[in-house]
Amino acid sequence: MSRAPATELDTTIVLNGKSVTRRVPARQHLVDFLREEMGLTGSHVGCEHGVCGACTVRVDGEIVRGCLMLAVQADGRRVDTIEGLSDSGELAALQSAFHERNALQCGFCTPGMLMAALDLAENHPDATREQIRAHLSGNYCRCTGYQAIVDAVEAVLEARRQEGKR
Amino acid sequence: MKAPSFAYARPQSLGEALALLGKHRDAARVLAGGQSLIPSLNMRLSSPELLVDINGLAELGGIRVQGDVLRIGALARHREIGRSTEVARHAPLLAQAVPHIAHVAIRNAGTLGGSLALADPAAEYPACALALDATLVIAHADGERRVAARDFFKGLYTTALGAQELLIAAEFPLAKPGYRSAFLELARRHGDYAIVGVAAHARADHGRLSDVRFAYFGVGATAVRALRAAAAAEGKAADARTVVAVQAALGEELDPSPDLYHSAAAKLHLARVLTGRALVELAQ
Repeated sequence: MSRAPATELDTTIVLNGKSVTRRVPARQHLVDFLREEMGLTGSHVGCEHGVCGACTVRVDGEIVRGCLMLAVQADGRRVDTIEGLSDSGELAALQSAFHERNALQCGFCTPGMLMAALDLAENHPDATREQIRAHLSGNYCRCTGYQAIVDAVEAVLEARRQEGKR
Repeated sequence: MKAPSFAYARPQSLGEALALLGKHRDAARVLAGGQSLIPSLNMRLSSPELLVDINGLAELGGIRVQGDVLRIGALARHREIGRSTEVARHAPLLAQAVPHIAHVAIRNAGTLGGSLALADPAAEYPACALALDATLVIAHADGERRVAARDFFKGLYTTALGAQELLIAAEFPLAKPGYRSAFLELARRHGDYAIVGVAAHARADHGRLSDVRFAYFGVGATAVRALRAAAAAEGKAADARTVVAVQAALGEELDPSPDLYHSAAAKLHLARVLTGRALVELAQ
């Protein structure tokens, strides 16, 4: 059922597996909603115009820029954040590879980087090093120089391929 | 920064969406994928009174063959276009363009219709639409109208779309047997806006090219077809002589605008380099 145009809307989201309903200003983007309304501060606010990738979250199973989606647009949809995917263990292999290889320093880009890397591992586990770089090209890291990040993702993809062979 | 305040509506039917656009006219903006609109709101470059979110309109989705065209709904996402077997078979140029559009997380949200309606001069799809002679399907309160891509792009971020109209689909003629496409783009970093790019389409018969189309983007206010360059390749093999002739013809008709980093001469040079590569790809 459609409603008259409004500046605030009741919005129901399945957030990390649990349904939440809040009254949300139309102008608020999804990451601000997650951080300020829901206290989920793992998704970071960087550039707020879609360049840095620090706000990457999963909506209905696909990664998107959390700063380029209004929170009201998530109404009726499934949103998974770094918190949810950490708790579920989906990210465990990537997190441990990042840790082992020093693929983070300040950590600001890490949640977005992990979300993008998981998308690659799930959709394209055969990716070459070059393809890993292309896939992560929308996630900026200002500390590591990317080398260790690409190493970590490559190691996880390789492990997945080995598992697939067994 | 944060977006200014605006009202938001999520119409459930095309009629309802058109009624909202008819009522609010220039004060309303259509929200499709939002990958250009929301940044412009966040940076306060745009301050509409109303956003009309069309994502609930199921009739604007889908990719299907309809007679002799491939009809792609305005809400088809870039990633969906990139993954579609119908697109790969019937309009491979579009599938070749997709990896150049921004990044995965943006391609999951951005739409074909949004890109065409925005008409960013550095965007990929307008050039594809020109090269493939696409037809754009536009809905208005009294029905539909169809506009050829060559009549749709009017100027910088300006199209034939009226404030009370909605782009609902684009129709691409099915690629005929023997035709090939090439899509080449130069950007400073992967996913950045194009410095210059070319969408090319031609028939290749034993290495000989015919019905050649070149459309360039990142070179001016809109994507542009290069008719003289295409004519210089007509009936020719993609050998060194043809490449030189086509590159020379291109210089006579392409007049790129400089940007912050590249002079007009540099852009023309790069367009010529890409054209040479495109010729070789087309003929292979």
